[in-house]
Parts: sequence; structure tokens; C-alpha cells
Amino acid sequence: MDDRVILRVGTKFLLPYILLFALYVQFHGDYGPGGGFQAGVIFAAGFILYALVYGLGKVKEVLPPLVAYVCSAVGVMIYAGTGVVTILKGGGFLDYNVLLHDPHHGQHWGIFSVEFGVLVTVFGVMVSIFYAFAGRRSP
Amino acid sequence: MDAVVDIAVLALLAVTALGTLRIRNLFAVVMLLGIYSLLCAVLWTMLDAVDVAFTEAAVGAGISTVLLLGSLALVGHEEKKPAHRPLLPLFVVLVTGGVLIYGTLDMPPFGQPDNPAHLHVAPRYIEESGHEIGVPNIVTSVLASYRGYDTMGETTVIFTAVVGVLLLLARGPRPRRPWGRDERNGDATDMEPGEERLNG
Repeated sequence: MDDRVILRVGTKFLLPYILLFALYVQFHGDYGPGGGFQAGVIFAAGFILYALVYGLGKVKEVLPPLVAYVCSAVGVMIYAGTGVVTILKGGGFLDYNVLLHDPHHGQHWGIFSVEFGVLVTVFGVMVSIFYAFAGRRSP
Repeated sequence: MDAVVDIAVLALLAVTALGTLRIRNLFAVVMLLGIYSLLCAVLWTMLDAVDVAFTEAAVGAGISTVLLLGSLALVGHEEKKPAHRPLLPLFVVLVTGGVLIYGTLDMPPFGQPDNPAHLHVAPRYIEESGHEIGVPNIVTSVLASYRGYDTMGETTVIFTAVVGVLLLLARGPRPRRPWGRDERNGDATDMEPGEERLNG
């Protein structure tokens, strides 16, 4: 695989932009299309591209499977945790108005928080499923 | 003009679907499925559903293609001849399709402003979300705030999906099984064949 220079260099060149674009999709979700789900998928796609070109072993050094598994669970926890925090602050479950003194800020940060939870879960899930598929030997 | 593009994209969708059915080379089929997803994304964009189009392009054309290619590495590139005649499945598909088309006859005409979908909660979202939530993208406010419960359910569903896949497929590092099937325990060395396959 060492002879595919264009593929390797191209991947290296593209990778930061893919990850940056994922973050843009995440943080710009309030204003344009996109949000946690799409951002998570794009972020995972960056790692999967790296795995396709450089091999599964290399990407597992960067992102061990355990981290991906934990990410899938932690995202759901962030989402539900936001709801718990709003309860503790005296509102209903996932009622972001009470998060901060100003309801608009509360909504903004609440949405940011749950979208971040979605991002983390989707990223972890996509990478985990890819690991599960790509790591199998043919029968 | 819109109608022409609509018909062209729908015709391409049909051609891609038929091609997927006819072609026996699974590698080509996976590529056609990716193209099918991209065409769907074009369709959603023309229906002004950019968020859906985005998801379709990222998941349908991107990740699914990679996962299907990953499974291709396990099952081989040629589709086997089906053991049964396709008449019964064809009949079932035709009946189901006919019923679905019959169902659409009862639906309100597409894009009319007085359709039920535009009269229930949509006006409230459009008029109130600006100062209730303060987020310009109404899709985001509906998804994350008004329907935060739903989205949490969806996130949990995705998490459940990965739990299922990992229970069935994963071979990550885990404690040695008491009943001793050693072949599933290793991590780094076992991954080498998969790595070779992925690289060519």
C-alpha cells in the first residue's frame, strides 16, 4: 500500500478540513442545515477515511475501540444529563429556559448541550460499527 | 423547469433501482446504492428539506457505502443465483406498491398551504420559535427543544443499535472466556487480516 502516494497525501490534506467541516456543521446548526447527527457522521467519516487509506491498525492507535464505545454511551448521558440539570434547576425535563438567567441563553446552551450529546453518540456509534465490520475475518 | 428536474431525478432513481436489481456484481451494486442515496438527497434538496438531504448524503451515500464495502470484503463480490423463482416476491411487491399508491390518492395535494400539516403546530413554530427559542433555524429548535424528548429517544435508539451490533460482531479486547474459545480473544494480531482486506 506504500505506492499509493496520491491517496495518502490527499487523505492527509483533506482530513483536517473534514473534521473542521464537521465542527462547522455542529456549531452552525442553529443558523443553517446540520446539527449533531450530521456532524457526528462527518466526524466519524474522517476517521473511517483514515482507516481505509492507512489501515485499521493505524486508526486504532489514534482512536482505540474502547474510546468509541465509551463515546456512544457518554453522548446519551450528556443528553439525558442536560434534562436532569434542568430538573435540578427547577424546570421540567429538557426545559432549557431555566438553565441560565435569560430564557434565550438557556435555550441556546440547552440546544448546544444536547446537540453535543448527539454528536458524541453518533460519532462513537459510527466508528464502533465500522470497527465491528472491518475487523472481522471472512469465514 | 422544476417539474423537468423532478421527473429527471425520479427517472434516474428508477433506473438506479432497476440496475441494482439486475447487476450481479455486488461491488457495482454498492456503488449504485450510493448513487441512489445521492439522488434522494437531490430530491430532498428540491423539496427544500436541506437537513434531511444532508443526513441522506452523509449517512446513505457515505457511511452506508463504507459499511457495505466492509461486508463485501467478507462475503465476496458475486451475488449467488437465487434458489427460488422471484414470482411470489414480485407479486407481494406489486400488491404492496399498489396499496401504497392507492393510499396516496387520499392525501391532500402536495404543497397546498391549507394542508393539515401546515395548520396544526407548524404556524406556531414559524411564528413563535423566533422569540421563544431564539434560534434562526426552525428545524433545530423543533428538533432539539420543542421535541427534545423525541430526539433523546432517537439518540438512545442509535446507541441501542451499536450495542446490538457489538454484541453480534465485535471482537474487541475483552476478558478471556472461561469456556476457552481462544480465537476470539486476541486484538492487535487478529486485526491484521481485516487491515489487509481494507487496503486492497
